[in-house]
Amino acid sequence: MSERARSFVRAAVTLACAAALYEALARSGWFAPALMPTLPQVGSALAAALADGTMLGHTLSTLYRVLFGLGLAIAAGLPLGVLIGRFRAVENFVLPLASALMPIPSLAWVPVFILWFGLGNTVAILIVFYAASFPLLLNTWTGVRAVNPLWLRAAGAMGADENALFWKVIIPGASPFIITGLRQAFLRAWIAVVGAEMLAASDWGLGWVIFDAKEFLNTPIMLAALAVIGAIGFVFERLVFGSLERATVLRWGMVRAAKT
Amino acid sequence: MADIALATTNEAEPRWRLIWRNAFPFLVVAAAWEVVAHAGVFPPRLFPSLEAIAAALLRLTLSGILPHHALDTVIRLGAGFVSAAVAGVALGIAMGRSRLAEDIALPLVSIGAPIPGLAYAPLFLLWFGLGNVSAVLLVAFVSAFPIVFNTWTGVKAVKEIWVRSAQAMGADDTRLFRHVILPGALPYILTGLRLGLAQAWRILVGVEMLAAVPWGLGWMIFGAREFLNMDVMLAGVAVIAIIGLALEKLVFQRLEEFTVVRWGMMT
Repeated sequence: MSERARSFVRAAVTLACAAALYEALARSGWFAPALMPTLPQVGSALAAALADGTMLGHTLSTLYRVLFGLGLAIAAGLPLGVLIGRFRAVENFVLPLASALMPIPSLAWVPVFILWFGLGNTVAILIVFYAASFPLLLNTWTGVRAVNPLWLRAAGAMGADENALFWKVIIPGASPFIITGLRQAFLRAWIAVVGAEMLAASDWGLGWVIFDAKEFLNTPIMLAALAVIGAIGFVFERLVFGSLERATVLRWGMVRAAKT
Repeated sequence: MADIALATTNEAEPRWRLIWRNAFPFLVVAAAWEVVAHAGVFPPRLFPSLEAIAAALLRLTLSGILPHHALDTVIRLGAGFVSAAVAGVALGIAMGRSRLAEDIALPLVSIGAPIPGLAYAPLFLLWFGLGNVSAVLLVAFVSAFPIVFNTWTGVKAVKEIWVRSAQAMGADDTRLFRHVILPGALPYILTGLRLGLAQAWRILVGVEMLAAVPWGLGWMIFGAREFLNMDVMLAGVAVIAIIGLALEKLVFQRLEEFTVVRWGMMT
């Protein structure tokens, strides 16, 4: 615990020093103040945007897009991943297509989707869907195939039917991989949504607000939105997926399988 | 990251069967695309037939425009990735070896990492101007994070007992570094490089769209949108897919085989 407290103090000192250095640079006048605002300016911009609710609106619409897209990806990627893991014919059909589409960065589709679906939410959601599907699909596939065949045979010998086999053996057995897939999917989705919002400008969204603020040289708002984006990414990565992992894989004693 | 081996042969299967099995899904999708394109459900400008896309691809390749775009993209990727690799490995090793460097850099790196790289793009554009400098710097910045993290982990994961036995046998710092720490950390470093390159590739296309670079595949696609040139855009996406696939097959999988197989880390 004292080791932890010490490293916490050190991190705090480092961050304070970095902030002080930045502040000194910003105030020194070497750079145009419009390009490098001081921290109090960023703070007050953040506070003002939070107080009048605009930042909340941007955050909510970004979260809506990312969660909608991620939900679609889960709805499509998980069952498909299980199918290609269980059936050879589906695997033979889907895998070549997936391996051809996967190396295309999701953002390359943005202009195409803009022409097909118009500016706005649809493009961002579909880009998130595209970005998030592949990690989910591949990890589920790997997970289903990595289920120990001994468990399958043991469950079969004990009289488990297909249904029980699926829910009681395959899904828990594949869960470490599925959770890894979810994590990767969220990271990709988070990148994709910011990029999609910048390119397929609607009028709300954290990515859009950064890009829009650039036009008006409103650097404090840009940095404030950046901080919000970082905070949400951090919260999801640490809290949401961390507790998901604790609630499922760790409790089932599957962590060792998670270390591939 | 899970890589896919294109349906592998586990039973001795004739080569043409394998090719057919991998080509079949594409033929089905292509046929479906053709049917939809020719049925006239969507305006042909927005949903061009495969012949139109292929013609655009051929036209642009012959006139040298497409190779120029592709070359610029690859050069940008290389420049960004190489600078990220040099800086990231150096910082990672410093963090792994020195307590002071770790205490200083780790909080900063952990704060920067969860922010998606593209969110920095407008900031970089303001600081470094539109064009190549911003694009390359942003790609380098984004792909440095996984490299730093993995190098750091790798250096820390070098077994203490190896270090101590090398020291007991009289190795000085240089020898210790070159013959113990570097080889010990190399699998992790290579993993980091692989992740970094993948990250760089994912971000580069978007950066090219935002940074208004004069050439580059991302820019080509984004520019063609203005003129409703869907055939050019899809040809560009196809070239992006080919480059991405080549990166994956020629670089990532090689690296993985190199690390996983040679170090016997396949567990």
